[in-house]
Amino acid sequence: MITIKPIIRYNKITKAYGDLKVLKGIDFEIYPGEKVALIGPSGSGKTTLARLLMTLEEPSSGTIEVEGKLLWHEKINGKLVRAKEKHLHEMRKDIGMVFQHFYLFPHMTVLNNVMEAPITVLGMSKKEAKKQAELMIKKVGLIDKLNIYPVQLSGGQKQRVAIARALVMKPKIMLFDEPTSALDPELVGEVLDVIKEIAVEGNDTDMTMLLITHEMDFAREIADRIVFFDEGVIVEQGSPDELFDNPKTPRLQTFLSRFNS
Amino acid sequence: MSTFELLISLLKGGLKVTIIVTLFSTILAFILGFTAGLARLSKYKILRIISGMYVEVFRGTSLLVQLFWLYFALPLLGIKFSAIFTAILAIGLNFGAYCSEIVRSAVNSIPQGQTEACIALNMTSFQSMRRVIIPQAFATMLPNLGNQLIELLKSTSLVSMITLADLTYHANILNSSTFETTKIYSLLLIIYFVISLPLTYGIKMLERRLSVWRV
Repeated sequence: MITIKPIIRYNKITKAYGDLKVLKGIDFEIYPGEKVALIGPSGSGKTTLARLLMTLEEPSSGTIEVEGKLLWHEKINGKLVRAKEKHLHEMRKDIGMVFQHFYLFPHMTVLNNVMEAPITVLGMSKKEAKKQAELMIKKVGLIDKLNIYPVQLSGGQKQRVAIARALVMKPKIMLFDEPTSALDPELVGEVLDVIKEIAVEGNDTDMTMLLITHEMDFAREIADRIVFFDEGVIVEQGSPDELFDNPKTPRLQTFLSRFNS
Repeated sequence: MSTFELLISLLKGGLKVTIIVTLFSTILAFILGFTAGLARLSKYKILRIISGMYVEVFRGTSLLVQLFWLYFALPLLGIKFSAIFTAILAIGLNFGAYCSEIVRSAVNSIPQGQTEACIALNMTSFQSMRRVIIPQAFATMLPNLGNQLIELLKSTSLVSMITLADLTYHANILNSSTFETTKIYSLLLIIYFVISLPLTYGIKMLERRLSVWRV
Protein backbone atom coordinates (compact mmCIF):
# COMPACT_ATOMS: atom_id res chain seq x y z
CA MET A 1 0.00 0.00 0.00
CA ILE A 2 1.27 3.41 -0.90
CA THR A 3 0.88 5.99 1.78
CA ILE A 4 0.63 9.55 0.57
CA LYS A 5 2.38 12.03 2.78
CA PRO A 6 0.51 15.19 3.67
CA ILE A 7 1.76 18.36 1.97
CA ILE A 8 0.73 20.42 5.00
CA ARG A 9 0.71 19.26 8.58
CA TYR A 10 -0.29 21.36 11.59
CA ASN A 11 1.06 19.80 14.74
CA LYS A 12 -0.44 20.91 18.09
CA ILE A 13 -0.66 24.47 16.83
CA THR A 14 -1.78 27.16 19.22
CA LYS A 15 -2.04 30.87 18.70
CA ALA A 16 -2.84 33.40 21.37
CA TYR A 17 -3.00 37.20 21.41
CA GLY A 18 -2.38 38.01 25.03
CA ASP A 19 -5.10 36.17 26.93
CA LEU A 20 -7.16 35.53 23.83
CA LYS A 21 -6.59 31.97 22.60
CA VAL A 22 -7.47 31.88 18.92
CA LEU A 23 -6.19 28.41 18.08
CA LYS A 24 -6.26 25.76 20.77
CA GLY A 25 -4.02 22.91 19.70
CA ILE A 26 -4.77 22.17 16.07
CA ASP A 27 -3.73 18.87 14.50
CA PHE A 28 -4.61 19.02 10.87
CA GLU A 29 -3.32 17.61 7.61
CA ILE A 30 -3.88 18.45 4.00
CA TYR A 31 -2.84 16.10 1.21
CA PRO A 32 -1.31 17.04 -2.14
CA GLY A 33 -3.92 18.17 -4.62
CA GLU A 34 -6.62 18.17 -2.01
CA LYS A 35 -9.18 20.99 -1.95
CA VAL A 36 -10.14 21.70 1.62
CA ALA A 37 -12.84 24.18 2.57
CA LEU A 38 -12.69 25.68 6.01
CA ILE A 39 -16.02 26.83 7.35
CA GLY A 40 -17.10 28.22 10.68
CA PRO A 41 -18.36 31.33 12.43
CA SER A 42 -16.46 34.62 12.20
CA GLY A 43 -13.72 34.86 14.78
CA SER A 44 -13.34 31.11 15.03
CA GLY A 45 -9.69 31.17 13.97
CA LYS A 46 -10.03 30.09 10.35
CA THR A 47 -8.15 33.05 8.95
CA THR A 48 -5.40 32.73 11.55
CA LEU A 49 -4.84 29.16 10.45
CA ALA A 50 -4.15 30.36 6.90
CA ARG A 51 -2.07 33.32 8.05
CA LEU A 52 0.24 31.04 10.01
CA LEU A 53 0.81 29.00 6.88
CA MET A 54 1.53 32.11 4.79
CA THR A 55 4.05 33.14 7.49
CA LEU A 56 2.15 36.34 8.16
CA GLU A 57 1.85 35.36 11.80
CA GLU A 58 3.87 33.12 14.01
CA PRO A 59 2.34 30.25 16.00
CA SER A 60 2.50 30.53 19.78
CA SER A 61 3.40 26.87 20.05
CA GLY A 62 3.44 23.77 17.89
CA THR A 63 4.91 23.21 14.46
CA ILE A 64 3.76 23.35 10.86
CA GLU A 65 5.31 21.20 8.18
CA VAL A 66 5.12 21.92 4.48
CA GLU A 67 6.23 19.09 2.23
CA GLY A 68 7.86 17.40 5.21
CA LYS A 69 9.91 20.47 6.12
CA LEU A 70 9.34 22.59 9.20
CA LEU A 71 7.89 25.97 8.25
CA TRP A 72 8.50 28.16 11.27
CA HIS A 73 11.40 26.29 12.81
CA GLU A 74 14.84 25.01 12.04
CA LYS A 75 16.66 22.23 13.80
CA ILE A 76 20.03 23.38 15.06
CA ASN A 77 22.02 20.76 17.01
CA GLY A 78 18.83 18.77 17.51
CA LYS A 79 17.02 21.73 19.01
CA LEU A 80 14.06 23.49 17.45
CA VAL A 81 14.66 27.19 17.01
CA ARG A 82 12.67 29.87 15.24
CA ALA A 83 13.61 29.86 11.59
CA LYS A 84 15.56 32.73 10.06
CA GLU A 85 14.02 34.95 7.41
CA LYS A 86 16.07 33.12 4.77
CA HIS A 87 14.39 29.84 5.63
CA LEU A 88 10.93 31.42 5.55
CA HIS A 89 11.75 32.93 2.17
CA GLU A 90 12.69 29.50 0.88
CA MET A 91 9.54 27.89 2.27
CA ARG A 92 7.17 30.57 0.95
CA LYS A 93 8.09 29.73 -2.63
CA ASP A 94 5.40 27.08 -2.84
CA ILE A 95 2.60 28.98 -1.11
CA GLY A 96 0.32 31.66 -2.50
CA MET A 97 -2.53 33.55 -0.92
CA VAL A 98 -5.59 35.50 -1.96
CA PHE A 99 -6.90 37.93 0.63
CA GLN A 100 -10.38 39.03 1.56
CA HIS A 101 -9.52 42.64 0.73
CA PHE A 102 -7.44 41.86 -2.39
CA TYR A 103 -4.45 44.06 -1.47
CA LEU A 104 -3.63 44.87 -5.08
CA PHE A 105 -0.78 47.31 -5.53
CA PRO A 106 -2.74 50.50 -6.27
CA HIS A 107 0.17 52.27 -7.98
CA MET A 108 0.61 49.55 -10.60
CA THR A 109 -1.56 48.68 -13.57
CA VAL A 110 -3.27 45.30 -13.73
CA LEU A 111 -0.45 43.97 -15.88
CA ASN A 112 2.27 45.31 -13.60
CA ASN A 113 0.54 43.92 -10.52
CA VAL A 114 0.81 40.47 -12.01
CA MET A 115 4.29 40.97 -13.54
CA GLU A 116 5.87 42.37 -10.39
CA ALA A 117 6.68 39.21 -8.44
CA PRO A 118 7.87 37.12 -11.40
CA ILE A 119 10.39 39.86 -12.16
CA THR A 120 11.56 40.86 -8.68
CA VAL A 121 11.22 37.50 -6.94
CA LEU A 122 11.82 34.92 -9.65
CA GLY A 123 14.19 37.09 -11.68
CA MET A 124 12.18 36.48 -14.84
CA SER A 125 12.90 38.64 -17.89
CA LYS A 126 10.39 41.39 -18.55
CA LYS A 127 9.31 39.78 -21.78
CA GLU A 128 8.72 36.37 -20.24
CA ALA A 129 6.98 37.87 -17.20
CA LYS A 130 4.66 39.81 -19.48
CA LYS A 131 3.81 36.67 -21.39
CA GLN A 132 3.07 34.72 -18.22
CA ALA A 133 1.14 37.59 -16.68
CA GLU A 134 -1.03 38.03 -19.76
CA LEU A 135 -1.78 34.34 -19.75
CA MET A 136 -3.01 34.51 -16.17
CA ILE A 137 -4.96 37.71 -16.69
CA LYS A 138 -6.64 36.09 -19.67
CA LYS A 139 -7.48 33.12 -17.50
CA VAL A 140 -9.36 35.36 -15.06
CA GLY A 141 -11.07 37.12 -17.98
CA LEU A 142 -9.54 40.58 -17.70
CA ILE A 143 -7.31 40.77 -20.74
CA ASP A 144 -9.06 44.00 -21.78
CA LYS A 145 -8.01 45.67 -18.51
CA LEU A 146 -4.24 45.20 -18.77
CA ASN A 147 -3.28 48.86 -18.50
CA ILE A 148 -5.89 49.96 -16.02
CA TYR A 149 -5.18 50.87 -12.42
CA PRO A 150 -6.94 48.94 -9.63
CA VAL A 151 -8.94 51.99 -8.54
CA GLN A 152 -10.92 51.71 -11.77
CA LEU A 153 -11.87 48.07 -11.23
CA SER A 154 -14.90 46.62 -9.46
CA GLY A 155 -14.35 44.49 -6.37
CA GLY A 156 -14.87 41.30 -8.30
CA GLN A 157 -12.38 42.38 -10.95
CA LYS A 158 -9.86 43.33 -8.28
CA GLN A 159 -10.13 39.92 -6.70
CA ARG A 160 -9.68 38.24 -10.07
CA VAL A 161 -6.49 40.23 -10.64
CA ALA A 162 -5.34 39.21 -7.16
CA ILE A 163 -5.94 35.58 -8.09
CA ALA A 164 -3.94 36.00 -11.31
CA ARG A 165 -1.15 37.66 -9.33
CA ALA A 166 -0.95 34.70 -6.95
CA LEU A 167 -1.28 32.08 -9.69
CA VAL A 168 1.49 33.46 -11.86
CA MET A 169 3.95 32.40 -9.13
CA LYS A 170 2.85 28.79 -9.67
CA PRO A 171 2.38 27.90 -6.03
CA LYS A 172 1.77 24.29 -5.06
CA ILE A 173 -0.48 25.47 -2.27
CA MET A 174 -3.08 28.21 -2.65
CA LEU A 175 -4.83 29.83 0.27
CA PHE A 176 -8.08 31.69 -0.29
CA ASP A 177 -9.04 33.72 2.74
CA GLU A 178 -12.72 34.58 2.35
CA PRO A 179 -12.15 35.72 -1.24
CA THR A 180 -15.74 36.85 -1.75
CA SER A 181 -16.65 38.19 1.68
CA ALA A 182 -15.82 41.80 0.81
CA LEU A 183 -17.75 41.76 -2.45
CA ASP A 184 -21.20 43.01 -3.36
CA PRO A 185 -23.50 39.99 -3.80
CA GLU A 186 -23.75 40.42 -7.55
CA LEU A 187 -19.95 40.22 -7.93
CA VAL A 188 -19.46 37.00 -5.96
CA GLY A 189 -20.29 34.72 -8.86
CA GLU A 190 -17.52 35.88 -11.20
CA VAL A 191 -14.87 35.28 -8.53
CA LEU A 192 -16.22 31.86 -7.59
CA ASP A 193 -16.24 30.90 -11.27
CA VAL A 194 -12.56 31.71 -11.52
CA ILE A 195 -11.70 29.76 -8.38
CA LYS A 196 -13.78 26.85 -9.59
CA GLU A 197 -11.97 26.81 -12.87
CA ILE A 198 -8.64 26.64 -11.05
CA ALA A 199 -9.87 23.99 -8.65
CA VAL A 200 -11.66 21.55 -10.86
CA GLU A 201 -11.49 22.46 -14.51
CA GLY A 202 -8.16 23.93 -15.49
CA ASN A 203 -4.60 22.68 -15.74
CA ASP A 204 -3.90 23.48 -12.12
CA THR A 205 -5.99 20.75 -10.59
CA ASP A 206 -2.97 19.24 -8.87
CA MET A 207 -2.73 22.42 -6.83
CA THR A 208 -3.51 22.03 -3.16
CA MET A 209 -6.16 24.48 -2.01
CA LEU A 210 -7.29 25.73 1.34
CA LEU A 211 -10.43 27.78 0.95
CA ILE A 212 -11.89 29.74 3.82
CA THR A 213 -15.41 30.67 2.92
CA HIS A 214 -18.96 31.38 3.93
CA GLU A 215 -20.27 30.24 0.54
CA MET A 216 -21.60 26.84 1.56
CA ASP A 217 -22.90 25.78 -1.83
CA PHE A 218 -19.60 26.64 -3.39
CA ALA A 219 -17.62 24.78 -0.74
CA ARG A 220 -19.77 21.75 -1.33
CA GLU A 221 -19.25 21.96 -5.07
CA ILE A 222 -15.48 22.19 -5.20
CA ALA A 223 -14.09 20.80 -1.95
CA ASP A 224 -12.90 17.27 -1.37
CA ARG A 225 -13.18 17.77 2.33
CA ILE A 226 -14.97 20.24 4.58
CA VAL A 227 -13.55 21.24 7.92
CA PHE A 228 -15.80 22.92 10.45
CA PHE A 229 -13.96 25.18 12.80
CA ASP A 230 -15.32 26.78 15.94
CA GLU A 231 -13.74 28.55 18.89
CA GLY A 232 -10.21 27.61 17.93
CA VAL A 233 -10.73 23.90 17.42
CA ILE A 234 -11.73 21.60 14.58
CA VAL A 235 -15.17 20.42 15.57
CA GLU A 236 -16.00 18.16 12.68
CA GLN A 237 -14.65 17.24 9.27
CA GLY A 238 -15.49 14.98 6.39
CA SER A 239 -16.67 14.81 2.81
CA PRO A 240 -19.08 17.57 1.74
CA ASP A 241 -22.04 15.21 1.56
CA GLU A 242 -21.34 13.74 4.97
CA LEU A 243 -20.91 17.09 6.61
CA PHE A 244 -23.72 19.04 5.04
CA ASP A 245 -26.34 16.30 4.91
CA ASN A 246 -25.50 14.59 8.12
CA PRO A 247 -23.84 16.92 10.61
CA LYS A 248 -23.04 15.04 13.77
CA THR A 249 -22.25 17.76 16.28
CA PRO A 250 -24.89 20.15 17.59
CA ARG A 251 -22.53 23.05 16.94
CA LEU A 252 -22.32 22.31 13.22
CA GLN A 253 -26.06 21.67 13.09
CA THR A 254 -26.72 25.11 14.56
CA PHE A 255 -24.18 26.71 12.26
CA LEU A 256 -25.64 25.16 9.12
CA SER A 257 -29.23 25.89 10.11
CA ARG A 258 -28.40 29.58 9.92
CA PHE A 259 -27.45 29.17 6.27
CA ASN A 260 -30.38 27.01 5.29
CA SER A 261 -33.08 29.23 6.72
CA MET B 1 18.90 104.45 -7.32
CA SER B 2 15.90 103.44 -9.45
CA THR B 3 13.86 100.39 -8.52
CA PHE B 4 15.31 98.56 -11.47
CA GLU B 5 18.87 99.31 -10.44
CA LEU B 6 18.09 98.13 -6.92
CA LEU B 7 16.65 94.91 -8.30
CA ILE B 8 19.68 94.23 -10.49
CA SER B 9 22.02 95.00 -7.65
CA LEU B 10 20.18 92.61 -5.32
CA LEU B 11 20.04 89.79 -7.84
CA LYS B 12 23.64 90.22 -8.97
CA GLY B 13 24.92 90.15 -5.45
CA GLY B 14 22.79 87.59 -3.66
CA LEU B 15 20.84 85.33 -6.00
CA LYS B 16 23.70 82.91 -6.54
CA VAL B 17 24.30 82.26 -2.84
CA THR B 18 20.60 81.88 -2.08
CA ILE B 19 20.18 79.36 -4.89
CA ILE B 20 23.31 77.40 -4.04
CA VAL B 21 22.35 77.15 -0.36
CA THR B 22 18.76 76.20 -1.25
CA LEU B 23 19.82 73.56 -3.75
CA PHE B 24 22.44 71.80 -1.67
CA SER B 25 20.64 71.96 1.63
CA THR B 26 17.52 70.56 -0.07
CA ILE B 27 19.54 67.63 -1.36
CA LEU B 28 21.04 67.08 2.09
CA ALA B 29 17.67 67.45 3.82
CA PHE B 30 15.98 64.91 1.53
CA ILE B 31 18.81 62.40 1.92
CA LEU B 32 18.80 62.80 5.70
CA GLY B 33 15.00 62.81 5.79
CA PHE B 34 14.72 59.52 3.95
CA THR B 35 17.55 57.91 5.87
CA ALA B 36 16.32 58.97 9.30
CA GLY B 37 12.66 58.42 8.46
CA LEU B 38 13.27 54.85 7.32
CA ALA B 39 15.72 54.21 10.16
CA ARG B 40 12.97 55.13 12.60
CA LEU B 41 10.91 52.27 11.16
CA SER B 42 13.82 49.84 11.24
CA LYS B 43 13.61 46.59 13.16
CA TYR B 44 16.98 47.44 14.73
CA LYS B 45 16.51 49.34 17.94
CA ILE B 46 19.85 51.12 17.74
CA LEU B 47 18.92 52.71 14.40
CA ARG B 48 15.58 53.80 15.78
CA ILE B 49 17.24 55.41 18.80
CA ILE B 50 19.90 57.24 16.80
CA SER B 51 17.45 58.63 14.26
CA GLY B 52 14.98 59.49 17.00
CA MET B 53 17.63 61.49 18.83
CA TYR B 54 18.65 63.27 15.65
CA VAL B 55 15.08 64.28 14.90
CA GLU B 56 14.33 65.51 18.42
CA VAL B 57 17.53 67.53 18.72
CA PHE B 58 17.27 69.29 15.38
CA ARG B 59 13.54 69.82 15.51
CA GLY B 60 13.64 71.00 19.08
CA THR B 61 16.18 73.78 18.67
CA SER B 62 16.02 76.86 16.49
CA LEU B 63 17.65 76.94 13.09
CA LEU B 64 19.21 80.32 13.81
CA VAL B 65 20.82 79.02 16.99
CA GLN B 66 22.04 75.94 15.15
CA LEU B 67 23.64 78.19 12.52
CA PHE B 68 25.32 80.30 15.19
CA TRP B 69 26.46 77.25 17.09
CA LEU B 70 27.99 75.58 14.06
CA TYR B 71 29.60 78.78 12.83
CA PHE B 72 30.71 80.51 16.03
CA ALA B 73 30.84 77.84 18.78
CA LEU B 74 32.15 74.81 16.95
CA PRO B 75 35.41 76.56 15.86
CA LEU B 76 36.18 77.05 19.57
CA LEU B 77 36.18 73.26 19.83
CA GLY B 78 38.67 73.17 16.97
CA ILE B 79 36.30 72.42 14.09
CA LYS B 80 35.84 75.16 11.54
CA PHE B 81 33.85 75.05 8.33
CA SER B 82 33.40 77.72 5.68
CA ALA B 83 30.28 79.88 6.00
CA ILE B 84 28.61 78.37 2.95
CA PHE B 85 29.31 74.82 4.10
CA THR B 86 27.99 75.64 7.58
CA ALA B 87 24.84 77.12 6.07
CA ILE B 88 24.14 74.07 3.93
CA LEU B 89 24.91 71.72 6.82
CA ALA B 90 22.70 73.53 9.36
CA ILE B 91 19.73 73.96 7.04
CA GLY B 92 20.09 70.42 5.70
CA LEU B 93 20.22 68.93 9.20
CA ASN B 94 17.33 71.02 10.44
CA PHE B 95 14.98 70.34 7.54
CA GLY B 96 16.14 66.72 7.34
CA ALA B 97 14.64 66.24 10.79
CA TYR B 98 11.26 67.56 9.64
CA CYS B 99 11.41 65.61 6.39
CA SER B 100 12.12 62.39 8.27
CA GLU B 101 8.85 62.76 10.13
CA ILE B 102 7.05 63.25 6.82
CA VAL B 103 8.72 60.16 5.39
CA ARG B 104 8.01 58.11 8.51
CA SER B 105 4.34 58.99 8.70
CA ALA B 106 3.81 58.49 4.96
CA VAL B 107 5.37 55.02 5.09
CA ASN B 108 3.30 54.25 8.19
CA SER B 109 0.14 55.29 6.39
CA ILE B 110 0.48 52.51 3.82
CA PRO B 111 -1.92 49.75 4.88
CA GLN B 112 -0.44 46.62 6.44
CA GLY B 113 -2.18 44.60 3.73
CA GLN B 114 0.31 45.88 1.16
CA THR B 115 3.18 44.38 3.13
CA GLU B 116 1.24 41.15 3.58
CA ALA B 117 0.61 40.92 -0.15
CA CYS B 118 4.36 41.31 -0.68
CA ILE B 119 5.12 38.54 1.80
CA ALA B 120 2.57 36.29 0.11
CA LEU B 121 4.39 36.92 -3.18
CA ASN B 122 7.64 36.05 -1.40
CA MET B 123 9.21 39.48 -1.86
CA THR B 124 11.99 40.32 0.58
CA SER B 125 11.35 43.23 2.92
CA PHE B 126 13.81 45.32 0.92
CA GLN B 127 12.00 44.52 -2.33
CA SER B 128 8.60 45.33 -0.87
CA MET B 129 9.89 48.65 0.47
CA ARG B 130 11.47 49.61 -2.81
CA ARG B 131 8.79 48.41 -5.20
CA VAL B 132 5.56 48.71 -3.25
CA ILE B 133 5.67 50.73 -0.05
CA ILE B 134 7.93 53.67 -0.89
CA PRO B 135 6.44 54.42 -4.33
CA GLN B 136 3.00 54.70 -2.70
CA ALA B 137 4.30 56.59 0.31
CA PHE B 138 6.19 59.01 -1.94
CA ALA B 139 2.98 60.17 -3.56
CA THR B 140 1.58 60.82 -0.08
CA MET B 141 4.62 62.68 1.21
CA LEU B 142 5.16 64.85 -1.87
CA PRO B 143 2.86 67.76 -0.96
CA ASN B 144 4.42 67.95 2.50
CA LEU B 145 7.94 67.71 1.14
CA GLY B 146 7.00 70.50 -1.26
CA ASN B 147 5.96 72.67 1.67
CA GLN B 148 9.26 71.97 3.36
CA LEU B 149 11.13 72.93 0.20
CA ILE B 150 9.43 76.33 0.07
CA GLU B 151 9.98 76.78 3.79
CA LEU B 152 13.63 75.90 3.33
CA LEU B 153 14.07 78.46 0.56
CA LYS B 154 12.74 81.17 2.83
CA SER B 155 14.88 79.99 5.74
CA THR B 156 18.01 80.56 3.71
CA SER B 157 17.58 84.26 4.51
CA LEU B 158 18.98 83.40 7.96
CA VAL B 159 22.40 82.64 6.48
CA SER B 160 22.98 86.38 6.15
CA MET B 161 23.53 86.25 9.93
CA ILE B 162 26.69 84.20 9.49
CA THR B 163 28.20 86.63 6.99
CA LEU B 164 27.00 84.86 3.85
CA ALA B 165 26.19 87.31 1.06
CA ASP B 166 22.78 86.03 0.01
CA LEU B 167 19.77 88.08 -1.16
CA THR B 168 18.84 89.19 2.34
CA TYR B 169 22.41 90.15 3.16
CA HIS B 170 22.58 92.35 0.08
CA ALA B 171 19.22 93.89 0.87
CA ASN B 172 20.54 94.88 4.28
CA ILE B 173 23.70 96.35 2.77
CA LEU B 174 21.77 98.25 0.12
CA ASN B 175 19.38 99.52 2.75
CA SER B 176 22.10 100.97 4.90
CA SER B 177 23.69 102.76 1.95
CA THR B 178 20.58 104.01 0.13
CA PHE B 179 17.86 104.11 2.83
CA GLU B 180 15.34 102.97 0.18
CA THR B 181 13.87 100.66 2.82
CA THR B 182 10.37 100.17 1.43
CA LYS B 183 11.53 99.58 -2.11
CA ILE B 184 14.32 97.20 -1.13
CA TYR B 185 12.37 94.97 1.20
CA SER B 186 9.36 94.90 -1.13
CA LEU B 187 11.67 93.79 -3.90
CA LEU B 188 13.15 91.17 -1.60
CA LEU B 189 9.69 89.76 -0.80
CA ILE B 190 8.87 89.58 -4.50
CA ILE B 191 12.15 87.90 -5.38
CA TYR B 192 11.64 85.12 -2.82
CA PHE B 193 8.09 84.71 -4.03
CA VAL B 194 9.15 84.48 -7.67
CA ILE B 195 11.81 81.87 -6.87
CA SER B 196 9.29 79.79 -4.92
CA LEU B 197 6.73 79.84 -7.74
CA PRO B 198 8.44 77.33 -10.05
CA LEU B 199 9.12 75.13 -7.01
CA THR B 200 5.45 75.08 -6.08
CA TYR B 201 4.47 74.47 -9.65
CA GLY B 202 7.09 71.76 -10.18
CA ILE B 203 5.99 69.88 -7.07
CA LYS B 204 2.37 70.08 -8.20
CA MET B 205 3.28 68.64 -11.58
CA LEU B 206 5.28 65.83 -10.07
CA GLU B 207 2.44 65.12 -7.68
CA ARG B 208 0.01 64.80 -10.53
CA ARG B 209 2.33 62.50 -12.44
CA LEU B 210 2.98 60.28 -9.44
CA SER B 211 -0.64 59.86 -8.48
CA VAL B 212 -2.28 58.93 -11.78
CA TRP B 213 -3.30 55.71 -10.08
CA ARG B 214 -5.35 57.54 -7.48
CA VAL B 215 -7.99 59.03 -9.78
